[in-house]
Amino acid sequence: MGLISQAKGESEEAAHSGMSPNFITTRLDLLTNWARTGSLWSMPFGTACCAIEFMASAASRYDLARFGMERMSFSPRQADVLLCAGRLPFKLAPVIRRIWDQMPQPKWSISMGACASSGGIFDTYAMVQGIDTIIPVDVYVPGCPPRPEGLIYGIMLLQKKIRGEQLTDRSLRVEHMVGPEGLFLPAEKIDEVSEPFGNSVHQTRSA
Amino acid sequence: MSTSIAALQAAFGPAVLRRAESCGDTIVYLARDQAYQILAWLKTTPGQDFNYLTDITAVDYRDPELPLEVVYQLRSLERKVDLRLKIQLDKRQPLEVDSVWGLWKGSDWLEREVYDMFGVTFRGHPDLRRILMWETYAEGYPLRKDFPLRGHFSRAEQTRQALAANPEGNYSLEELSIAEAYHELPVEMRERLQRGERGEVR
Repeated sequence: MGLISQAKGESEEAAHSGMSPNFITTRLDLLTNWARTGSLWSMPFGTACCAIEFMASAASRYDLARFGMERMSFSPRQADVLLCAGRLPFKLAPVIRRIWDQMPQPKWSISMGACASSGGIFDTYAMVQGIDTIIPVDVYVPGCPPRPEGLIYGIMLLQKKIRGEQLTDRSLRVEHMVGPEGLFLPAEKIDEVSEPFGNSVHQTRSA
Repeated sequence: MSTSIAALQAAFGPAVLRRAESCGDTIVYLARDQAYQILAWLKTTPGQDFNYLTDITAVDYRDPELPLEVVYQLRSLERKVDLRLKIQLDKRQPLEVDSVWGLWKGSDWLEREVYDMFGVTFRGHPDLRRILMWETYAEGYPLRKDFPLRGHFSRAEQTRQALAANPEGNYSLEELSIAEAYHELPVEMRERLQRGERGEVR
């Protein structure tokens, strides 16, 4: 595939160098992934303190614009990345599912912080134990909350992942995988990943 | 402060059950059935003027024998004094008290929260619905001491029920601010509202 060069005026000079100025040949994968990598528009789903760190990452000192993410997409319909920054209560579960469904392909998601990834310290009746029980997650960023450097590293990991994608791989763009019960994961799997861990195991179910 | 207590006891006698001091605050225990009159008296009587309802909450003690307490925190903005009143409810009986919505409109959401978290019914409340948990929440009342920390259901069942909930179903027509525009709504939406799928059509 070719990309038409805009620099017509330079063609004569370039002709002397023995290279054609008008066409660049490249792999479509490479070009598409390069474009997607550099223009990740994020849908910020900030629910807690992680959102503050996320705002700090977007502000001038850490400057997410360097990674092509300066444009926060507050409409899911123009977004590429769902960035869940903070804990997700069960009351918000149908909301994040709906936002995810509204985002067009190609789309990715980042789970920022301990609570979004695992429920964190909130092993309670009200909290989803990891947003990966609701939507698919590409990158988990650990931390409570993660520093902007941590988030930026997570974003760079996502960019690395995107660079490795193949357009011909249909499995990457499966639209939605909700079972007959409306669950994204099988029920046993949700129970398994929601088991208490760390300090939570010392809490009894009735106390 | 103590003048209020003395005046209360003079006016209502046995309905003022007892008083206690805690950390410099005076706590007055009220009989449930006279509580509304006493609160109204505290609000409207000159010299009392407890015109600001700071909070309504409830306390459930771990000991199952102890009653559940509904707590009213009053303040007089002019006199700059506070008063805490408690109603004790026997947990073996239906948990019911009179709503004070007629006295302080701000009690609307406070009473809804106590209802949501403790299951106390406020008689005469205009719109007693859950406020923090979603309306179809079926596990009970989370701040009761007999409620398990992680809830009654399995995580998968909780996830399934949460995802099945309608995120907009928590709002009444008034909260969505479309009650006035009802007659301008599309026919289909009017029919849906009339079927009572959400809120109440006036």
